[in-house]
Amino acid sequence: MTASPARASRTPLSALNATAAAVLLLMGAAPALAADGGPDAVINIGSLYEPQNLDNTAGAGQGINEAFNGNVYEALFRLDDDGKVSPSLVKDYKVSDDGLTYTFTLQPGVTFHSGDPLTSADVKWSIERVTSADSKSSRKNSLKPIAAIETPDDATVVVKLSSRSISLPYNLSYVWVINDAAKDLQSAEDGTGPYALDGWQRGAQLAIKRFDKYWGPKPENGEVVFKYFTEATALNNALLTGAVDVITSVQSPDSLAQFKDNPDFTVAEGKSTTKLLLAYNDRVAPFDNVKVRKALARAVDDKKLLEAVWGDYGTLIGSFVPPTDPWYVDLTKVDAYDPESAKALLAEAGYPDGFTFTIDTPNYDPHPLAAQFLQGELAKVGVKVNINVITANEWYTKIYKAHDFQATLQEHVNHRDIVFYGNPDFYWGYDNPKVTELIKASEEAATVDEQTEKLKEANIQIAEDAASNWLYLYPQIVVSKTSVTGYPLNGLNSQFFSYGIKKAD
Amino acid sequence: MLIAAAVLFLLLRLLPGDPANALVSVGADADQIEAARRQVGSDLPIAAQFVRYLGQLGRFDLGASFVSGVPVLEEIGRRLTLTLPLTALAFLSAVLLALPLGILAAVKRDRWYGGLISIVSQFGVAVPVFWIGILLVTAFAVKLRLFPSSGFPPSGWRDPLTALHQLALPILTIALVMSASLIRYVRSATLDVIGSDYLRTARALGAGYGEALVRHGIRNGAVPVISILGIELASTLLGAVVVERVFSLPGLGSMLLSGIEQRDYPSVQGVLFVSTLLVLLVGFAADLTQRLVDPRLRGPSGARS
Repeated sequence: MTASPARASRTPLSALNATAAAVLLLMGAAPALAADGGPDAVINIGSLYEPQNLDNTAGAGQGINEAFNGNVYEALFRLDDDGKVSPSLVKDYKVSDDGLTYTFTLQPGVTFHSGDPLTSADVKWSIERVTSADSKSSRKNSLKPIAAIETPDDATVVVKLSSRSISLPYNLSYVWVINDAAKDLQSAEDGTGPYALDGWQRGAQLAIKRFDKYWGPKPENGEVVFKYFTEATALNNALLTGAVDVITSVQSPDSLAQFKDNPDFTVAEGKSTTKLLLAYNDRVAPFDNVKVRKALARAVDDKKLLEAVWGDYGTLIGSFVPPTDPWYVDLTKVDAYDPESAKALLAEAGYPDGFTFTIDTPNYDPHPLAAQFLQGELAKVGVKVNINVITANEWYTKIYKAHDFQATLQEHVNHRDIVFYGNPDFYWGYDNPKVTELIKASEEAATVDEQTEKLKEANIQIAEDAASNWLYLYPQIVVSKTSVTGYPLNGLNSQFFSYGIKKAD
Repeated sequence: MLIAAAVLFLLLRLLPGDPANALVSVGADADQIEAARRQVGSDLPIAAQFVRYLGQLGRFDLGASFVSGVPVLEEIGRRLTLTLPLTALAFLSAVLLALPLGILAAVKRDRWYGGLISIVSQFGVAVPVFWIGILLVTAFAVKLRLFPSSGFPPSGWRDPLTALHQLALPILTIALVMSASLIRYVRSATLDVIGSDYLRTARALGAGYGEALVRHGIRNGAVPVISILGIELASTLLGAVVVERVFSLPGLGSMLLSGIEQRDYPSVQGVLFVSTLLVLLVGFAADLTQRLVDPRLRGPSGARS
């Protein structure tokens, strides 16, 4: 009796041993990591923004700008990481005295990845793709002044405008120059950049390889692999374990501690353009009343919110314009935190006992946290906040399109986007004819100085009107292995130029 | 299957939002949004969309993704090369783990380790999959550096050892969670067998305890376990959805989740259609296996097949 149970247990135990052996075998099968540095290094970039397709006029999302702008596709001009606009595929250009005719001379000797030479016809075709009827580019509107494009010879492009457009070079920095013979742009590419697409595994990664016939300086690395993650924690673990070399933009403040005090990693803070705001629907009561908006701006301690979300990182802003825009003015003193005067203003506006409103809150960080914070702050001045959590997709239908909301939280990522306040049909419905006129006039300005003056004035006006409640500027944090250097810090408009990235041996 | 497709279709359309939204960004004007809606067909009445969908389904055409333009069936095929092996290997590991442990827990139920197995498996049933995944990553990837924390090699299975090494933690995660409940089924099936008359008879006829258990017990105990296995295999497929998210794996589950976020109806419908089909197949296979193991289940209809 005592012997038989022992025999019976032999079978299970040997199966256990077999499992253990299999696990050991797997652990031994370490992957061949090509972690070598030097001029042909492979740089692994970790990102949360996988493009949905490869065409930036077909709704590919911000991820395509990160992977492709300046890397795979180039434009006539380039928006440098410091915010300056410099010539890229344009060698030289002239503007007529009336500002309505731009004559661009193209760089000589430029070849597409397919081998075709760059000609003016490609440039014309590329611009017209963005302005065409079925383009989904968010930049389509800014190119409206373009009336005609002429190509007198292969190296010259003449753009005729219907009205002056001082930001034309800036706006053209978004227009990828693509071979006009290219067929499939959703899953393939034909650009002129320093890298060509090497492979795209949907849901996982996108690889770009150095293009040997590139007309400009040779990249500092041989290949770049963008690895995509849906969870910030998984992305951080990938950096910790060496599966990626650099994270383009850290979105989880809690994770910074594990990199900050570790000599193997560099934590660098760049200049951000991402603003968090409580946008009111300025068309509807009580937010059509400037006093109410000013009162709510004074009732919220932005500094406390920023510290709660980001600790020591991030910047306070007094309007929609970040310090990197040329028309930045420090407006943090306008409607600064002052709950007592907020109460007085509310009484003046006819709401001595406050009121109730709903914030449509996107379901991802940091919006739910910010909404709860606002709920607490506004309760102190007698205003009751209901929080309605929605998905990003719903946000477009309910708020962006139908304008069916009282207030919403949203982050706006782009550089130079104050122009949205000059459009009374925009989702937040801010309509001050003076600002609309200033923004229109700024675009038709003859000089950059004049443009800057006008936009500064508009900037001050939206702050005085408390058009929205600008809570803070997100920090722009890039974390990398210490051995990896030369990456862009500011990531303007989600770009991530990778040709300068070096990996030490 | 048709009813399932119709219910699915309607439920998806009840979600607030619009698939066209995945194609536009802040700055797009009303004309551009309308153009996007026309492109994906969300400007049509729901009935018209349904008729169009049924027509496609009839040709076994799952359509093309609204956001990437890639045919859904093609993308599902690519994703299955990850999800199917992941599920199968996790399932196999779970069975390898659960059978010996379950039998041991039953046979040695009065020893301390028999009791311990029962208690631990009881706990295991209550623990969420993603939590196990996070724990394993912290321990084996971040601390010990034995396995990668996430991802799948782009070369796929062409380099099977690398692929296996990458998938080790996800497989272990699913296997651990699954085996917890399996151990309990195996244990109770074994207890039934141990207490049965035929086992006592076999022992009375002179067979040793182990011999009787192996010769008569396993076959009898297997029948209820196999039907549970069928159900468990189907739920492993669901577990893969969560695990793929935790480990950033480009499988069917991550395709489903991003499809739902973007209201990419063709992708969501396609994934659910194919996974429903797979679950049905698994159930059918479990049924067949049961008949093979137990002659009593082979009725007149079974005999013909």
